[in-house]
Amino acid sequence: MARFLARRLVNYLALCLVATFLAFALAALTFDPVGKLQARNPPPPQATIDAKRAELRLDEPIPQRFVLWLGDAVQGDFGRTVVNQSISEELPRRIGVSLRLFLLGTVVGIGLGVIVGVASAIRQYRFSDYAATFFSFVILSTPVFLLGLLLKYVALELNTAAGAQLLVFTGETTPGFQGGFFEALVDRVQHLVLPTLTIALGQIAYYSRYQRSAMLDVLGSDFLRTAQAKGLTRRKALFKHGLRTALVPMATLFAFGFGLLITGGTFTERIFGWYGMGDWLVYGIEQDDTNITATVTLFVAVLVLVSGWLSDVFYALLDPRVRLR
Amino acid sequence: MTAYEAESDVLADPGRAGEPAAPLLEVADLEVSFPSEDGRVRAVRGLSYRVSPGEVLGIVGESGSGKSVSSLAVMGLLPPSARIGGSIRLRGQELLGLSDTELSRIRGRRVAMVFQDPLSALTPVYTVGDQIAEALLVHGGRSTTASTARNRAVELLDLVGIPNAAERVKAFPHEFSGGMRQRAVIAMAIANDPDLIIADEPTTALDVTVQAQVLEVLKTAQEVTGAGIVLITHDLGVVAGTADRVIVMYAGKAVETGTVDEIFATPRMPYTLGLLGSIPRLDVGRGQPLVPIEGQPPSLVALPPGCPFGPRCPLHEPACDAAEPELLPAPGAAPDHRAACIRTGELAAADAEGGELAAELFDAHVVEAEPVDSATRIDREVVLGVDRLVKHYPVRAGGIFRRQVGAVQAVDGVTFDVRAGETLGLVGESGCGKSTTIMEIMGLEPPTGGSIQVLGSQVEGLSRADRKRIRRDLQIVFQDPMASLDPRLPVRDLIAEPMEVQGFDKAHITRRVPELMKLVGLRSEQINRYPGEFSGGQRQRICIARALALEPKVLVLDEPVSALDVSIQAGVLNLLDELKARLGLAYLFVAHDLSVVRHIADRVAVMYLGKIVEIGGVEEVFAAPQHPYTQALLSAIPVPDPEVERRRERILLTGDLPSPANPPSGCRFRTRCQLFATLGADQQQRCIDVEPPRESALPAEPDAPVGAHLPDHDVACHWARIRTVV
Ligand SMILES: Nc1ncnc2c1ncn2[C@@H]1O[C@H](COP(=O)(O)OP(=O)(O)O)[C@@H](O)[C@H]1O
Ligand code: SF4
Ligand code: SF4
Ligand SMILES: [Mg+2]
Repeated sequence: MARFLARRLVNYLALCLVATFLAFALAALTFDPVGKLQARNPPPPQATIDAKRAELRLDEPIPQRFVLWLGDAVQGDFGRTVVNQSISEELPRRIGVSLRLFLLGTVVGIGLGVIVGVASAIRQYRFSDYAATFFSFVILSTPVFLLGLLLKYVALELNTAAGAQLLVFTGETTPGFQGGFFEALVDRVQHLVLPTLTIALGQIAYYSRYQRSAMLDVLGSDFLRTAQAKGLTRRKALFKHGLRTALVPMATLFAFGFGLLITGGTFTERIFGWYGMGDWLVYGIEQDDTNITATVTLFVAVLVLVSGWLSDVFYALLDPRVRLR
Repeated sequence: MTAYEAESDVLADPGRAGEPAAPLLEVADLEVSFPSEDGRVRAVRGLSYRVSPGEVLGIVGESGSGKSVSSLAVMGLLPPSARIGGSIRLRGQELLGLSDTELSRIRGRRVAMVFQDPLSALTPVYTVGDQIAEALLVHGGRSTTASTARNRAVELLDLVGIPNAAERVKAFPHEFSGGMRQRAVIAMAIANDPDLIIADEPTTALDVTVQAQVLEVLKTAQEVTGAGIVLITHDLGVVAGTADRVIVMYAGKAVETGTVDEIFATPRMPYTLGLLGSIPRLDVGRGQPLVPIEGQPPSLVALPPGCPFGPRCPLHEPACDAAEPELLPAPGAAPDHRAACIRTGELAAADAEGGELAAELFDAHVVEAEPVDSATRIDREVVLGVDRLVKHYPVRAGGIFRRQVGAVQAVDGVTFDVRAGETLGLVGESGCGKSTTIMEIMGLEPPTGGSIQVLGSQVEGLSRADRKRIRRDLQIVFQDPMASLDPRLPVRDLIAEPMEVQGFDKAHITRRVPELMKLVGLRSEQINRYPGEFSGGQRQRICIARALALEPKVLVLDEPVSALDVSIQAGVLNLLDELKARLGLAYLFVAHDLSVVRHIADRVAVMYLGKIVEIGGVEEVFAAPQHPYTQALLSAIPVPDPEVERRRERILLTGDLPSPANPPSGCRFRTRCQLFATLGADQQQRCIDVEPPRESALPAEPDAPVGAHLPDHDVACHWARIRTVV
């Protein structure tokens, strides 16, 4: 088992490198960071432009640039932005922002997604099942930015009705906020609710669909009947035997879902003014910045790697048929 | 949800005085219905029965007759959509109307259940031990700790005959074979020493040798717990060997009940009579006329008034349609023998043995065929032959570079031939290589090893045109008719398809299709119907018609009747018999049911782990089997006759089929061989070291000359000796 997981880890690492190289190469080929410099009025002296080109290693072949960047990156130096800021200094802050946003959203999304899915399955073809199905499809077919804007609108109405700023929809904290720990916490929560909801709603919709069908498979199963025949109440059999088995196929979904969320969350970050990784990627592209683009891509790839690997671990933990291989 | 209708107190019913005062289980006027698109399905319609402590009650009937639904009602495990009425009392306590929590205290502790499909009956993610321990823990109260429960689980596994229980208790369900899982489920069922065990087709999904083991375990379980048992099955042989009393169900009702001897010896209801007559018997063979019960069970939605068996009953008369006959004491029979038929008195008067009476009533007769003369066998043409056929499937391991680490020896040196006009039955437990053998034959490709000969040509040298020609003469019918018929095509197209492929002209096809339908006993008006509108037996007839469309010489039949109910099976078997006689076909008939083979085949080949262990004429092999495996296989098959069953001594094989990827050295059967255990050490050594060659069997008569051999009966055992087991 350990060997299996180790082998998978190596495979994932290789995939990470490939993904990052592709992003790097694509960015380096299409971006033109000195173009903006040249377009300035008055144009800067040729020497300045050449210096910038050299600094950004624009005249070296792309594979070589990638190897140099990667060599530094492995040591924790992801290079500098086109405006000569250190990426490595900015990176932890950005990661922190994204994780604060997505961890909560994901935990809520998975938790409620499972609960809604199970409830729908148990109450199949009842009103609540139809309602859950309807809302899932509505949410899944609504683009994220629209959902974010809708929530903003609802929050605005709510605030107006309450006559106070209950929910805030820009940034992580109120700039220049003064107050004790408790007030600071309340302030953060006020900022968190809307973006978390935006993220969680999509996930609830998505996971609940899968959980519902996984649970339905299990509901008609013989082993659930055996568990009841032993003397478990229906409820206990449902949770201990049914849900436990129905969670197995979900593990992979959860893990990968989280890995891909960071990029999927770009809109959410932009709408609510959170300067996280998704926002940074858009910024990097806007600025024709290869290093930022490559760094974010590497980060996402590593995240997918970790989730993929975690999903293997979960799967092995949850399903003895895999564990024993 | 569940409608609970209060019922008059049946215990106080004076009409039933004299019976044991407190039956263990008393089901009275049980009604169960489900909603469906066409209306309410009345799955159980007024079923009443009682079970006394320590008694085994057998419930038999065709699929869909309400056996499972009625027992799930007792367990309180019907889906919420079911509407239930009547009364179910356990030692006087009414169970209907109890809440799930109240029922959960009864389930598993006082009433336990064993289900049909052991493969899916256990939760895949918990160990077998934990699941057994759970049964103890939910009912155990405070005195039961996790560790005492675990120890008890080991004892229970040991009791149900799982070797090395202390180790195996930690295994997950997928590491257990089907038979072992069923034992584990039985262990779970007896964990809390229940008063009543309901076993719903506990052995239907298992091989006969494993079935014999599991029935034995069930018997042990009953002895240990003293429980009453409700044994549901469609196999009358199983009932004959195990039950004390029998209920025959039809269309959701009991149509006959009585002691097992009464029911089998003097059935008083035409359905029971037909059912008994429809089973091919291991101890009778060819001469037995099989009773086909025409038609199919009625739809349980909007049942017309009158006897539900009416449309299929040979004794049907207008009076039968007036009202549904009640289950009344049968005239001239023991007092608790009841039948639901208005003409039961006439049946009693017709003083004949059950089997003959059934044949007479249902107008069944033995298909008259030229007896296949075994003396001239050598002179007849070989239509299908395999010689030392080998088929190994590679076993691979590793992620990207999947290297071969071994081979599943699915077929390992099989030799047999089928000659013109005869039927060879190929039998053996599942996994022994039967299907692989016929797939190799049907593929018409050169095999991995050995050779295949079809109608005089070796498949090695065949050109494409030859192959196409041979395909016409060699056709196959599969087990599951629904899977082999495209549901979107009408019968006409299904039957016409092979002829179109072979390029027959339209006029010929249009003429042939109705002919073929008539040949297999379908009405030509049904030509535009779709497979979904036919019953299982009719669908199998469509498959047969299709296989016959090109007028083949050889028909390969892969378990053609094992998916069918016995009453339907009889009709298909009769058809096959008749077709063979009329068209001069040769059959290669693959089956796991030896009774069926005995009925239909001229010769039989017994396979074990990819090899043929015994082959010969059915009469010789069944009457005087020489290989220990054949003996065990035959002995495991129950005979639908309680008297015979009581006399028979069962050879119980130990364990399961070993993996064909890693077969035992020497004789492949030695790990389970009952004869091996009785041999001396040096004799055993020979079994371990030397693979027994296939040799002519010795004659059965004790006074046969020394050195004489049977010409056409081979056996592969070093120490083969005759033992009568049927
Ligand atoms: N959950 C259900 N919903 C609707 N109909 C059902 C359900 N379970 C069983 N039935 C119907 O009840 C009838 C009796 O079924 P069953 O008791 O399973 O028969 P048996 O066990 O004798 O083969 C069948 O017609 C079947 O289709
Ligand atoms: S009541 Fe009539 S139709 Fe029904 S079984 Fe008896 S004879 Fe046949
Ligand atoms: S050769 Fe030995 S082990 Fe094999 S069947 Fe004969 S007695 Fe049994
Ligand atoms: Mg059933």
